[in-house]
Amino acid sequence: MAGIEISRRKVLAGSAFLLASTALPSIGWTQAKKGGRLVVAADSEPRNLNPAIVASNGVFFVASKVVEPLAEASFDGEDGLAPRLATSWEGSADGLSVTFKLREGVTWHDGKPFSSADVAFSALNVWKPLQNLGRVVFKNLEAVETPDANTAVFKFSKPTPLQLIKNALPALTSVVPKHVYEGSDIAANPANNAPVGTGPFKFAEHKAGEYYRLERYDKYWGDNAPALDEIIYRVLPDRAAAAGALEAEEIQLAAFSAVPLADLKRISKVAGIKVISEGYEALTYQLVVEINHRRKELADAKVRQAIAHAIDKDFVVKTIFLGYAKPATGIVPQNDKQFYAPDVPTYGFDVAKANALLDEAGYAKKDDGKRFALKLLPAPYFNETKQFGDYLRQALAAVGIDAELVNNDSAAHQKAVYADHAFDLAIAPPVFRGDPAISTTILVQSGIPDGVPFSNQGGYKNDELDGLIDKAAETLDPSARIELYKEFQKKVAADLPLINVAEWGFITVARDTVKNVSNNPRWAVSNWADTYVET
Amino acid sequence: MTRAWRLLKRRLVGSIPVLLIVVVGSFLLLEAAPGDAVDAYVVSVGGDAGMIEALRQNWGLDASPMTRLAAYLWALLHLDLGHSVAFSRPVLDVVLERLPNTLLLMGAATALSFALGTALGILAGARPGSARDRLLSIGSLALYAVPGFWLALVLTIVFSVELRWLPLSGMETIASGKTGIARALDIAWHMVLPVTSLGLIYLALYLRMMRAGMAEVWRMDFTLAARARGIPRRRIVLGHVARNALLPLVTMLGLQSAQMLGGSVVIESVFSVPGLGRLAQEAVGSRDTPLLIGIILVSAVLVIVINLLVDIAYAALDPRVDASEANA
Repeated sequence: MAGIEISRRKVLAGSAFLLASTALPSIGWTQAKKGGRLVVAADSEPRNLNPAIVASNGVFFVASKVVEPLAEASFDGEDGLAPRLATSWEGSADGLSVTFKLREGVTWHDGKPFSSADVAFSALNVWKPLQNLGRVVFKNLEAVETPDANTAVFKFSKPTPLQLIKNALPALTSVVPKHVYEGSDIAANPANNAPVGTGPFKFAEHKAGEYYRLERYDKYWGDNAPALDEIIYRVLPDRAAAAGALEAEEIQLAAFSAVPLADLKRISKVAGIKVISEGYEALTYQLVVEINHRRKELADAKVRQAIAHAIDKDFVVKTIFLGYAKPATGIVPQNDKQFYAPDVPTYGFDVAKANALLDEAGYAKKDDGKRFALKLLPAPYFNETKQFGDYLRQALAAVGIDAELVNNDSAAHQKAVYADHAFDLAIAPPVFRGDPAISTTILVQSGIPDGVPFSNQGGYKNDELDGLIDKAAETLDPSARIELYKEFQKKVAADLPLINVAEWGFITVARDTVKNVSNNPRWAVSNWADTYVET
Repeated sequence: MTRAWRLLKRRLVGSIPVLLIVVVGSFLLLEAAPGDAVDAYVVSVGGDAGMIEALRQNWGLDASPMTRLAAYLWALLHLDLGHSVAFSRPVLDVVLERLPNTLLLMGAATALSFALGTALGILAGARPGSARDRLLSIGSLALYAVPGFWLALVLTIVFSVELRWLPLSGMETIASGKTGIARALDIAWHMVLPVTSLGLIYLALYLRMMRAGMAEVWRMDFTLAARARGIPRRRIVLGHVARNALLPLVTMLGLQSAQMLGGSVVIESVFSVPGLGRLAQEAVGSRDTPLLIGIILVSAVLVIVINLLVDIAYAALDPRVDASEANA
């Protein structure tokens, strides 16, 4: 079977070369080698594949090749951005408007021209009212003016920092075609499951439970792109399956740690397979202990500090993440170049100090060596969050806190922690999305309604922190805003509304014939226009 | 024919309360599980309170459980299986899309285990206590003791990863453009490992049953009489001993087919076969009540149909059954 597959690929590549050589006689051999079919592993099939509505990595993994944002994250671009549908952006001095110049000569996959009307429609009718993240970031967006087909001016009712808008561009600004969605129930439009975009690949088909297929879009605006003819996402729900499929050359790439960390050492030694840890810099996941401040014991900062001292972060990184993570110092990850503050209070692993702090707080060990009991709910979404639950239980036992592990599936965990608050400690994997205002400040902000996932549901309220968050939300000067967030990080680290333990990016495992992998900080969820398979 | 018809009618009437219990039972079970479909969904996407509330309204989850159950039963009465929230498609479409895959996998695996198990059982039971019997019995028990997923993983590592003789996973070559016989062969090729893994495990059951049944029949008077009449051993084994020992196996076949529907969750996951087992697992994970009940209903109907066929086959194998049914 593998033999047939390879010869088929060669035939495809060969015919592509023949076609190319007749059409463009000047085309070089290196160009002709590009192309082919890339088969990657997918572990889920999102119910809604429209990234303008659902800004999540599971959706972006497939849809970012079809539907493009205004700008993408970049290792070397200005502000860490590379232009996509917008070529430039400029904010007004009063912070009430942002002007985007849009790319010319862009067409939708159905042939219609792309224009500022599409951007205005996406922003006002999709991002602001419907998108999971856009509903927060664009809540003050009032109007989008379109003086001409290539200019969109965003008007805000309150001063909005351009810095936040820029940081939000890669994830929050996927542009969908107005002519497809206008006048329909946007949330139920069939295009949500067969997206139409401007990206390098067209959505071709989805066979439920089997695969997604994307086809090259020949009229893509980018220079000599897209390189691939086809991308196939094979649905492989079993974690062990991705590693085997890579070895058997049934797939050529597995992103988002589809190959379990424990398999990496072995698979890195297989000839023709490489393990890549770059390409997730702008998608940093954080391992966090969420705390229910309604518990009397946990409302005491000394107890929270004791718990922080009881955790050996280096051990967690080495044993649970097998080195593919970093110990965290605070609520903003170290790999964020804009906002990270290194000079925050830290809590080294120190069992004696933890015990002393607990004694000081008035929770002396009883005769059985225990101080008090807690309910600990690890999130079931990752192996690592579950394993850290087991570790934390032992670490707490060492300082006399008796933690009872409560394991739930995803829906039950969501309800128990975020809606019912039926936890004392929980383990969560929130994501840092390039700006603290997107999905990080809500982890500690007060006044968030019940049921909102990945938010402060522990009943924590700190007026000083709330004030800083509000002030930063309307501070226009970028460096002043950064200073406010550095202050914010110090306060969080000092008071510990939650405990940041580690931060990690995912791992990509690929055949070494796949080229241009991980060449931007959101690679797995970027458009893959320059990626190709060497044949 | 009239007997089959009578049986069908009686079974259909009899299965209505069974199906009702199944539907209400699974609805209540899923209702008792903490978290609903919206909770399961927002885990993967996040969202604020307004969005979550809108979703609950949109998916009809804001009404009380009893109202929803009543609405569901009312729709069911009109043969409407409802809308899957996890797939945002009609339940019937989602289920019917996967059903052929499961039927193929289950049917082939059942056929393999039944045919091979019976054949080996006859070999073992032809001379109970012989060396051949011992060898077959021990071998089959060893296979039965192996966990299904483990056998599947070992088979894939050996035949797909190392030797590369067989495809690792999936139903067919993706987007191959094959049609007709070429496609059927392609699917058959992909089914070799999953069917073997599933079939080998249940093989032991049929083998052991056949062998035990035959050992018993050998001691019966009519067998002794047949031997006394000088009928050739081969004919006694096949025509007298095996045929009489086959009856419980057919019953087993009916029961087993029900178990196979559920048993294939693991095999479907390991081999990435989009079948009903995996779908059911996803439905529970995403608290998709209409989808789960839809799957259970379709499976229940399947089990009822299979058992009906088994009963009909029973009569063909054993004339006494037909007679007793006629009197009942």
